[in-house]
Amino acid sequence: MDVKLKERIAFSILLIATIIIIMPVVFIMILVLLRGLPAVSPEFVFGMPREGMRAGGIFPAIVGTVYLVLGTAVFSIPFGIMAAIYLNEYAAKNWLTRVIELAIINLAGVPSIVYGLFGLGLFVAFLNMGVSILAGSLTLAIMTLPVIITATKEALGAVPRSFREVSFSLGASRWQTVRHVVLPNAIPGIITGAILGLSRAAGETAPILFTVAAFYLPRLPRSVYDQAMALPYHIYVLSTQVPNVSVKIQYGTVLVLVSLVFIMNILASWLRARLRKRKTW
Amino acid sequence: MNIIETNKLNLWYGAFQALINVNLNVAQNKITALIGPSGCGKSTLLRVFNRMNDLIEGVRIEGSVKLNGQETLGAETDLIELRKRVGLVFQRPNPFPLSIFENVVYGLRIHGIRNKRALEAAAEKALASVLLFDELKDDLGMNALHLSLEQQQRLCIARLLAVTPEIVLMDEPCSALDPLATMRIEELMIELKKHYSIVIVTHNMQQAARISDDCGYMLLGELVEFAGTKQIFTAPRDKRTEDYITGRFG
Repeated sequence: MDVKLKERIAFSILLIATIIIIMPVVFIMILVLLRGLPAVSPEFVFGMPREGMRAGGIFPAIVGTVYLVLGTAVFSIPFGIMAAIYLNEYAAKNWLTRVIELAIINLAGVPSIVYGLFGLGLFVAFLNMGVSILAGSLTLAIMTLPVIITATKEALGAVPRSFREVSFSLGASRWQTVRHVVLPNAIPGIITGAILGLSRAAGETAPILFTVAAFYLPRLPRSVYDQAMALPYHIYVLSTQVPNVSVKIQYGTVLVLVSLVFIMNILASWLRARLRKRKTW
Repeated sequence: MNIIETNKLNLWYGAFQALINVNLNVAQNKITALIGPSGCGKSTLLRVFNRMNDLIEGVRIEGSVKLNGQETLGAETDLIELRKRVGLVFQRPNPFPLSIFENVVYGLRIHGIRNKRALEAAAEKALASVLLFDELKDDLGMNALHLSLEQQQRLCIARLLAVTPEIVLMDEPCSALDPLATMRIEELMIELKKHYSIVIVTHNMQQAARISDDCGYMLLGELVEFAGTKQIFTAPRDKRTEDYITGRFG
């Protein structure tokens, strides 16, 4: 077989594989838009659920998810960034560091239902937080930490070594170097990683199942010790637990959740592109 | 007068000995050049003077390095003070991706100077001493990465002069520059030695011959010969030095 023919075959197969993998995304989007869009109205987004969730809006679930994302951010971003700075800039390359890094990799591989049970055991029961936004946020934060730590470490590692060397050679301490040279240049990557981690947390069902999610709570949460409805769990409830819910409402809820996650992902990409333009090394 | 004196200096990277019994004296307000083939230890020796080797894991140092008669190798040495006194110019120009002004005042900000007037005055002085001020005085807010390589290297030198060191170490400062830029940096170095003591590592023997007052030839971690530059290049005492400078080896 001649080279040109082989080239054409290879090109075609690779292209087809790529098209096949984007098809599920396209189909999901089309389906969700076609079926969900008719349900979405101001009343649906900002209204309270009525008639056992068979009518009305999903506002408490949207607010609940927003609170959970914010709570997750508060706990996971500072600790994740600090841990990544320690691991990348301070830690000696010894067995302890390697064990910690291995643990973080494994943390990322733990199934989300296990986080849910862990959160139930530690935060809800042992630390007596009850089924609450606080317990749910902490559970989601632990799940999000490895994503943020890994993204931050990568962003820090992408800052050229020479920047650090120059800074040290001018008499800067390690913290001054991190603070004034490394972090400013790593921020785009860190922000992007954080948003992607949070967008995953926004869509998770299993970790919030036992720690925060309310089955039906047609009011807004009043404090962090309150239960809350959340979009992913609400979708699960609508599709399996409540008889005779119109398909429209189910897909409308899905559309809202998917849009929320997409907006976060697009924001992350946009920020990355914008901040990357400024850096020229 | 000697500003740096090393005595029986040995350095290991893990099991590999990179410096063997180095005894070297750097004279004040002179240019001391270190020449030798790649991997001979000349950059390692340079980085001992401001303890940049401390950043590498598995480094072990024995012997003595005195700066103005004061030992610098001990754990009690204040590295921040040492590095303020002994600055380093790197092989590749490496300005921060910041404005020209912010690059020059980086060290000063680090060392706690906040006063805007003081920073501006210091920046002007430092840029003037590397002959950049007149050229760039209207563009101090421009990103330093938009400068030519030669300007970037001058800027890096200015950034270091701003913290008022006594010694300027240069690790092949011209290797990324074209011949004309190299010539101009060399002129700058000769100008700078009025106020600073300079140690330069170079691959370029002609450069060492042109600008240095003293010259050391290094091979496989040893300082084979150290003498006045004229003597090294006209009447080397060691056969190995002669082989290197006459181009039979290297």
